[in-house]
Amino acid sequence: MALYSEKVMDHFRNPRNVGVIEDANAIGEVGNAKCGDIMKMYMKIEDEIIKDVKFETFGCGSAIASSSMATELIKGKPVSEAMELTNKAVAEALDGLPDYKMHCSVLAEEAIKSALDDYRSRQ
Amino acid sequence: MIYADNAATTKMSETAIDTMVKVMKETPGNPSSLYEFGQKAKEVLEEARRTVAAVINAAPEEIIFTSGGSEADNQALRTAAKAGARKGKKHIISTAFEHHAILHTLNRLKEEGYDVTLLDVHENGIITPEEVEAAIREDTCLVTVMTANNEIGTIQPIREIGEICRKKGVTFHTDAVQAIGHIKIDVQQDNIDMLSASAHKFHGPKGVGFLYVKKGIPVTNLIEGGAQEKGRRGGTENVSGIAATAAALKEAYDNLEKNAEHISKRRDKLIEGLKKIPHSALNGDGTRRLPSNVNFCFEGIEGESLLLLLDDRGILASSGSACTSGSLDPSHVLLAIGRVHDVAHGSLRLSLGEDITDEEVEYMIKNVTEVVEYLRSFSPIWRDLTSGKKQFIL
Repeated sequence: MALYSEKVMDHFRNPRNVGVIEDANAIGEVGNAKCGDIMKMYMKIEDEIIKDVKFETFGCGSAIASSSMATELIKGKPVSEAMELTNKAVAEALDGLPDYKMHCSVLAEEAIKSALDDYRSRQ
Repeated sequence: MIYADNAATTKMSETAIDTMVKVMKETPGNPSSLYEFGQKAKEVLEEARRTVAAVINAAPEEIIFTSGGSEADNQALRTAAKAGARKGKKHIISTAFEHHAILHTLNRLKEEGYDVTLLDVHENGIITPEEVEAAIREDTCLVTVMTANNEIGTIQPIREIGEICRKKGVTFHTDAVQAIGHIKIDVQQDNIDMLSASAHKFHGPKGVGFLYVKKGIPVTNLIEGGAQEKGRRGGTENVSGIAATAAALKEAYDNLEKNAEHISKRRDKLIEGLKKIPHSALNGDGTRRLPSNVNFCFEGIEGESLLLLLDDRGILASSGSACTSGSLDPSHVLLAIGRVHDVAHGSLRLSLGEDITDEEVEYMIKNVTEVVEYLRSFSPIWRDLTSGKKQFIL
């Protein structure tokens, strides 16, 4: 059996929404290099809608896949809905993560919340 | 596919497989049975013991077959600890980057009242005999130092350490799991009292290893049972596996110099090629390392994602990152040689096989370079490093 689901491998091999948004109005960064995972989310929010979202991640396969999936789940959605995104939803959308990799989905949830907090604080 | 993880395990050689099958088919008896059907298996077993002993210049009765390197390590440490305790000596010297079979056993011994000193392995991954000598106390009962490190391949000055131990009357054990079959080891010349080995690291089967214990050292038994292995290890012997082990070891030794020359030339080419990746560093001494071992840290990336992408490109390797170890900390070996967490997470070990070709070396250099570059392209750490927000370490 493979370490990861096909979905995880797909998002890892072809991550969606990779990169930087130069004029982002919401930026969040979570994790630290010591633990081996850092996720950075950039968003462009207009009229409370997440028009665009991009990420940069330093981390393992499931961290990259979780970031990719999380951006897909919130792109085009209202801020209020993105605030509700749970790590469980990210993991489920990826057809599951190994137990010891669940923290990667937690990190994705936290990265989104951190960016949205940044957005609120700028208002 | 390029299998570059020979430090994890090796493929069994044809000779070893043929030997194993032949013994299973032709000699299925129990070596402890008195009839000829059993005694034939006994002959196979003792022939294997003589072969293994001859290769490392030991006497046959000094070889105890075990289930592998970990069991051999456990038994060696228990043996020395018990012998030491009888004389009131409960101090053990080892190094910070031993295999967990050693380190975890030492932790147990600590709980049981032993005092353990772990020597610094320095930036180059090599301990000095002088530091061993300085650490030896009146109550030291054992020095245990691996012959070569499993992750970074650095070779320790075991002969000199053994000489010091002889002079001071301290038992010397070496975990030679990574080294045996790849570099020359002679227990007499190298002043070794106990040595652990594992067959699957030199193209033998998994689940078989052996412990060499110099005559005169009373062995502590881990597995109680029958009188197998002269009462030093209970349980019916794995005759076919042991015969295959002896065949694999002999084959490895017969070709040792030729193989070492071939592999180390490719190793050096690979190291030269990977050094060209910016902000990378070789882990461990550049020359005093196993012929097969290449281990690098690449700043700004994480090892597991590197491994997965290399796997996609047909390169099988390993890493000391936390994500591959299942814990939060990266490899204790990389931390022991002074790599900080950030950098240790981005490590890659390529351990080459005897059949490695120049084309494969070129392919690995090209693909590792490309994958590192790709992962850096969306690494927030790399962005911080290149924009000057963070200082480069490598």
